[in-house]
Amino acid sequence: MNPKILIIDYGMGNLRSVYNALKFLGAEPLVSDKSQDLHQADAYILPGVGAFGEAMKNLKQINIIDQLSQNVLQDKKTFLGICLGMQLIVEDSEEQGFHKGLGWIKGHVVKFEPKDHLRFPHVGWNNIDVKKTEPLYRDIQSGTHYYFDHNFHVVCDDENISATCKYGNEIVASIEKDNIFATQFHPEKSQVNGLKILRNFLNYVNTHQSAC
Amino acid sequence: MLKNRIVATLLVHDGIVVQSVNFKKYLPIGQVDIAVEFLNDWGIDEIVLLDIKATLQNRSPNLTMISQASKKGFVPLTVGGGIKTVSDIKNVIQSGADKVSINYAAITQPSLIEEGAIIFGNQCIMVSIDTRKNQDGQYEVFTQSGRLSMGKSPVEVAKISEDYGAGEILLNSIDRDGSKQGYDIELIQQVTDAVKIPVIACGGVGHPRHFLEGITLGKASAVAAGNYFHFTEHSVITTKSYLENDGIEVRLNTYAHYKDFNFLETGRLARKIDEDLEELRFTYHPKEII
Repeated sequence: MNPKILIIDYGMGNLRSVYNALKFLGAEPLVSDKSQDLHQADAYILPGVGAFGEAMKNLKQINIIDQLSQNVLQDKKTFLGICLGMQLIVEDSEEQGFHKGLGWIKGHVVKFEPKDHLRFPHVGWNNIDVKKTEPLYRDIQSGTHYYFDHNFHVVCDDENISATCKYGNEIVASIEKDNIFATQFHPEKSQVNGLKILRNFLNYVNTHQSAC
Repeated sequence: MLKNRIVATLLVHDGIVVQSVNFKKYLPIGQVDIAVEFLNDWGIDEIVLLDIKATLQNRSPNLTMISQASKKGFVPLTVGGGIKTVSDIKNVIQSGADKVSINYAAITQPSLIEEGAIIFGNQCIMVSIDTRKNQDGQYEVFTQSGRLSMGKSPVEVAKISEDYGAGEILLNSIDRDGSKQGYDIELIQQVTDAVKIPVIACGGVGHPRHFLEGITLGKASAVAAGNYFHFTEHSVITTKSYLENDGIEVRLNTYAHYKDFNFLETGRLARKIDEDLEELRFTYHPKEII
């Protein structure tokens, strides 16, 4: 059976871009914020584009945080966070004040250290250095370009980093911990190489459909 | 390392893509979603879709068009034209755009930039500035398709936009629009010197050399063109090859490339010498299945 992929609709984020990309790959994703859909889904995608504080406020408003955390952390349903969706899964962020995140992975969201010749936000195509090939980066080499667009970045333990990229300092490009995946860049907007990542994600979900 | 972005601007007039000259003359090109699909296949780095008459005709963004266009491209899509409120921004993003470009409203009510940035993040808000030189030789910002003077300089507008939280500036020269004379480098330098956010240069490209000048002399983070990409064969790929020959870092992502080619004075590809052509063999690239 086709796994049920749920794109979490929290009133912001470029849901449609993610939806289009998954649709292009033949998946039938559902866009919803209902807790019933959350329960039935096999995997979740939390898309990007937005400010951290506002995103947490919206997630609280639709009242899904507890259930989502339980489904991901205890029931081990597969999760993919994109851009802001990656930042939300760490402990806290200093974007526009101080905000608590979902706290699934140890780490913080911090502002880039300013450097004379660098412009911010970090926007454009940058090449990544892959640290963990399987499963997300199968058939993808280090040096491949992905589209980044962000003003803040995640700092976390090395063991959870699956790829890095360089902009001034080395920053975290993607995270992987058990069933939790997250990318700072936008795979849905990185042409063929981005679609490959989403394909790898779908394949992973296919082979790891939760038992419940 | 971050690559220099090659951006295509698609100007939409009455629902179809047009070429524009000095914001006055328009030449029809074709359907929006097809233009997006082609640019995507040619390896463009980003697409900016601007509904150029929306504000003038007091229309809201055309969400159907945006959603059709967004299905055809897996590169970042910025949409502008007629965005006046936060709910406009929200609708545009939910229809498939990744960023919004605000022009008139960013100058008349810069608080919209801030409100948008609080909800959608700074990186989502691009301010586009159209400018031309006035009689005194000073740059002056215009809106409403170059009809209405805002009484401000592009540097002022860029700085205010940055202060209010804009993530990028799209800088367009009305004088150079459609001229094929190259970017107004002086203008680009003024703005890139004044702000710390990325600046996208636009207006006047007629030769791949102009992209090079925008990056090296103008210090633009990204270089954009509209007309230039439409009727030139493999325009995006040849542009990138040209830039790469000159040592500019670009993202190359297509099977087709023109690495060992020379370019004519006109910027078009030079024919290879007969000996090289005889050596040529077809290479077979199986279609990649994702």
